Amino acid sequence: MPDQLLTGNEAVAQAALDGAVALGTGYPGTPSTEILERFGALGGRAQWAPNEKVALEVGLGVAYAHARALVTMKHVGLNVAADPLFSATYTGVTEGLVIAVADDPGMHSSQNEQDTRRYAEAAGAPMLEPGDSQEAYDYTLAALDVSRRYQLPVILRLTTRVCHSKTRVRTRDQLMPAPAPHYERDIPSRVMIPGYARPAHVRLRERLKALANSDQPGQFLVEEGESSELGIIANGIAAVHAREAAPEARILKPGLTYPLPIEAMRKFAAQVKRCVVVEEGDPVLYTALRAAGIDVEGKAEPFRFGELTVDRVAKILTNDHSPDPEPAAPPKPPRLCHDCPHRQVFQILSKHECIVAGDIGCYTLGVMPPFEAMDTCACMGAGITIGLGLRHVLAKDQARRVVSVIGDSTFVHTGLPGIAEMAYNPPPTGHVVIIVDNDTTAMTGKQEHPGTGRQLNHLPAANKLNYEAIALALGVTNVHVVDPTDGSGEFERLLQDRLAAEELSIIVARKPCPLALKGLAKLNQASPSDGSEQK
Amino acid sequence: MTVPNQVTNIVIAGLGGQGIVTGSDILSGALFKAGYDVKKSEIHGMSQRGGSVCSDIRFGRRVNSPMVPAASADFLVITESTQIEPNRHRLHPKGRMITPDDVPFLFQDDDPKSAAYAARMINVALLGVLSAHLPIEEEVWLEAIRAALSPHLHDMNCRVFLHARRIEQIINGLNSTEGVA
Repeated sequence: MPDQLLTGNEAVAQAALDGAVALGTGYPGTPSTEILERFGALGGRAQWAPNEKVALEVGLGVAYAHARALVTMKHVGLNVAADPLFSATYTGVTEGLVIAVADDPGMHSSQNEQDTRRYAEAAGAPMLEPGDSQEAYDYTLAALDVSRRYQLPVILRLTTRVCHSKTRVRTRDQLMPAPAPHYERDIPSRVMIPGYARPAHVRLRERLKALANSDQPGQFLVEEGESSELGIIANGIAAVHAREAAPEARILKPGLTYPLPIEAMRKFAAQVKRCVVVEEGDPVLYTALRAAGIDVEGKAEPFRFGELTVDRVAKILTNDHSPDPEPAAPPKPPRLCHDCPHRQVFQILSKHECIVAGDIGCYTLGVMPPFEAMDTCACMGAGITIGLGLRHVLAKDQARRVVSVIGDSTFVHTGLPGIAEMAYNPPPTGHVVIIVDNDTTAMTGKQEHPGTGRQLNHLPAANKLNYEAIALALGVTNVHVVDPTDGSGEFERLLQDRLAAEELSIIVARKPCPLALKGLAKLNQASPSDGSEQK
Repeated sequence: MTVPNQVTNIVIAGLGGQGIVTGSDILSGALFKAGYDVKKSEIHGMSQRGGSVCSDIRFGRRVNSPMVPAASADFLVITESTQIEPNRHRLHPKGRMITPDDVPFLFQDDDPKSAAYAARMINVALLGVLSAHLPIEEEVWLEAIRAALSPHLHDMNCRVFLHARRIEQIINGLNSTEGVA
């Protein structure tokens, strides 16, 4: 195949196809979302999971069955999947399990900056870090291989600029042969009761040690330049910034960043007069190198924040701590679309001075003027539970103004346990939850979820969740569905009534996202006979 | 223009929905086809909601970072005039800014329907202006446009692209000390 110009995400998807991945699953999250969409478009079996924990567990099952799995998420999604991750490294896998995690330094569309490299060390998962699309392709295939060889899940850590940058990619002509899935019973390896987990932990450390001592870490080491003055140790995208900022420097780039090829790095540092560690995010490499007694310089604290650039790397190298230049005018902030059905909801919440426990999605933009109708937003699913906490302790007059707002995709993701909690431990004043249901995962680009009743490729799914029935089943009997845009004032009346009632209520404010509707209409137009009728 | 040994930096900036990503795909596709090492970087996500969108494209014999360094853009292409100030700092002091003012013909029609059409092609029109300054064959540009857009949009966009390209070639020729043949 001729070279292609691909984003890092597209390259991961292509590698999953060429690596005979049997199933790709994940939850959409910028900047990771396009991996699964592309994998599906290329003909791979790709599906959205309700959340990242579910995705990782499904992927783990695939990898227990001698097949290969790719699980995708953004950094904050790994927090949701952290529980299975820490056991997955104990149980190990029989074939390949690659967890592609996309960090978002600079928080272009995230609620925090977290460094997934910490998780690799904490959970004992080998980690590969590509710095461009070619490496994203090569390392995905390598990660499948390392996973099979050492029987461990492998994290492929991407960052925003790797995910969303297009660079040249040469793909393999020879595809990896697909394994034949089958099940072999191995209870002590797969059932993590203490008696089996203790030896499993020892086994995990042995596998990591074997990997660290093998030729693998060296295979992913890239060394460039001859300088004996300045040496730079850099990972991922930081290495290309460093190459440009200091063309004369000698650069060492580890591709396998957990476990680290520490002896090779020690040798490298000894060959140069000055050795600087350049890394985006936390000082992970720096700390590991210093702990190993290697004399390296790190970066100043201001460079822990935000993305690195060529300019910022040049500053790190010259110990220049002057502030970064600011644009003359700020960029235009995002806001709710002019025809967004959530607008009416936030107008009413704002008008009635509600205390709004919000959540993660497009509707988080309800915090922006003119609404300013969101008081909290911590993480997926927290809108319902933080609202409950507020209701439990606030004085009655304030408690009765507390409303939880959650989107449909987020409700399925981690909102459901919040409803169970609400039914189990109801606050004295009751509570009101509004599910702003626009029938899509709008924030990340209109992905499907179990509540839309459509699969990743937008074709009908086997089932569609019924939120009203779920709420009733969980013990909430006041469930109302309303179109907030119908102009009848029904939504406002309902809200006032439910706030006064001091009961548990769920209001489903239902109106499809106009952007998603447009997309679906286009899809139907493009392939009117698609789906079940296809010959 | 001679084949550059150093990297040429281009920044395309505007608002969500103006085709910044598509425009940068056309540009990077054309550069890739023309045989350059090209890297393209963009930020999208929350910016889909009508906020600012920006894409960096760099090409040359070898490109390292995918991001255009501060004040280093040789060309700054702006699709919406309110986005000039927020992005001006990215332009090199000797760089060229390309804005909707460079394609007045696109907005000459008073019919609101064709004005809306025009607004949707602003990305391709501005690429036409840019194309007059880049060492890429015309046919390679047209191929890149066709590769990035669905078939029913090909004719319209190619026409707008060529129109803008011709005007810029003439103006550029008039301003150039070397002149055109």
